[in-house]
Amino acid sequence: MTSQQRLTGTTVIGTARLIAAKDLRVELRSRVLLNQVLPFALIVMVMFAFALDSDAVLERVAPGLVWLAALFSTLIMVSRSFAVETADGALDQLRSAGVPAMGIFIGKMMALMAQLVVLVTLLIIAAIVLYRAELSWSGSVLLVTTGLTATCGLAAVGTLYGGLAAGAKGRETLLPLLLLPVVAPVLIGATRATESAFGTRGVSTSQGWPWLGLLAVFAVLFSVSGAVALGPLLDD
Amino acid sequence: MSKDQATSTPFTKGLGFFVLLGMLLLIILGIFVSPADVNQGESVRIMYAHVPGAWLAYLAFIVTAVSSAAYLWKRTRSLTWDRIAGASAEVGVLFMGISLVTGSLWGRLTWGTYWTWDARLTTTAFLFVTYIGYLAVRGLGGTHQQRARRSAVLALLAVLEIPLVHFSVEFWNTLHQKASVAGRGTNVEMNGLMLFTLFLGVVVFTLMYVWLVLHRQRSLMLEDMLDDSGLDNALNERRAEATRVGN
Amino acid sequence: MDDLGFIVASYVITFGSVALYARGMMRRARKAARDIPREKRPWL
Repeated sequence: MTSQQRLTGTTVIGTARLIAAKDLRVELRSRVLLNQVLPFALIVMVMFAFALDSDAVLERVAPGLVWLAALFSTLIMVSRSFAVETADGALDQLRSAGVPAMGIFIGKMMALMAQLVVLVTLLIIAAIVLYRAELSWSGSVLLVTTGLTATCGLAAVGTLYGGLAAGAKGRETLLPLLLLPVVAPVLIGATRATESAFGTRGVSTSQGWPWLGLLAVFAVLFSVSGAVALGPLLDD
Repeated sequence: MSKDQATSTPFTKGLGFFVLLGMLLLIILGIFVSPADVNQGESVRIMYAHVPGAWLAYLAFIVTAVSSAAYLWKRTRSLTWDRIAGASAEVGVLFMGISLVTGSLWGRLTWGTYWTWDARLTTTAFLFVTYIGYLAVRGLGGTHQQRARRSAVLALLAVLEIPLVHFSVEFWNTLHQKASVAGRGTNVEMNGLMLFTLFLGVVVFTLMYVWLVLHRQRSLMLEDMLDDSGLDNALNERRAEATRVGN
Repeated sequence: MDDLGFIVASYVITFGSVALYARGMMRRARKAARDIPREKRPWL
């Protein structure tokens, strides 16, 4: 390893850490996640209950509703994550200051993932409380792994597509159209894995693990392609 | 200069003539001359319009992906690749929309339902939506280079996305029992004339695709030039204004 | 023949939409071409 490579390696990680810390600090100060996104996710869960209007049906579809609510909230959070960057042209300044794009990607992805973990945890608690989903010990191991892998994939895709549309007019309406089709595998995989963690319809826990493979493949593919692709996207 | 020569050349005119001729022949063969199928009956006639359309839609998206890669590769970087990608995606969305509709009509006759959650159908619908998003990104504005780079990256991401969606839907389907589809059998036993009609359909649709993409790519170039000249005009006006004020 | 409507509809939708798209495309191209001089078009 040459000194040049080592230097780039450390700057990428250093940048990532700085960006992630900055995003989380902005989040802690503004409390958008706490005061807006989490209440939104909760009200979505309550509205599902109104729409479906049956305890049996709710218990049956609880895993899917958790992840649907998570996806909708992800859309808001991605918009927010890049609105912060582009509002004062901060992204352009970072790039013109020679900050590596890969570091920006990893940092923003980590910050987004941290917020998503909080969100999904809350949604699962809501499913247990509101929809009477039941969680065993072996199920909770699967559930935690699923939650981490799925949020990692969501954060990667979200950061990538958020960066793609960043700074363009009308991105708020465009982002859902771009993002939802891409995250369909996460919805399918995470829902099935959560079903077996909850034991919905008598699905055993062991049946959930193959779905975790799908989630892991998704997370790895989009993390790598995001780290590579964000540079050319932001360059001008 | 006659005004209908905007994007046409003798070549595209000749091509257009053959496309019209082929379309006519396809309609005659497909609806009137070719025989009904043993299993499907008359409904097999939809196949001659549906299958070539779907095949061309997929081809169009492959062309989009390849020309996007050609744009991103530094040695072949040219806005022409970007315009070909855009033209091809637009035509692809058109063909895919058409074949989704004709496919569900055909499905209604043969399976007894407009839609099934089969992996191929679902992936096709996702491809359709993804490329609608792609076209929307092309319309976001910014410089031509910005548009080209954004959309090229998006087209390559779609190449990543589509197999994942296909695989996850297939995986999902194998674990759930499929809804049994009632209705007539779906096997088509092709005789010579039916095969010929289908082959003709593929040829006609391919020529139609080439004609459409050639024209669309040229008209995209005209629109780009118009944008540029609009910018030049605005700049000149500003300059003229500045000198007037300065005097 | 019950299927006739479906069959005719498929052909009409297919060729009709392509024709509509082509017409719109040519119209836009002509409009754009009005302001672009002939020698700037590489295909002519």
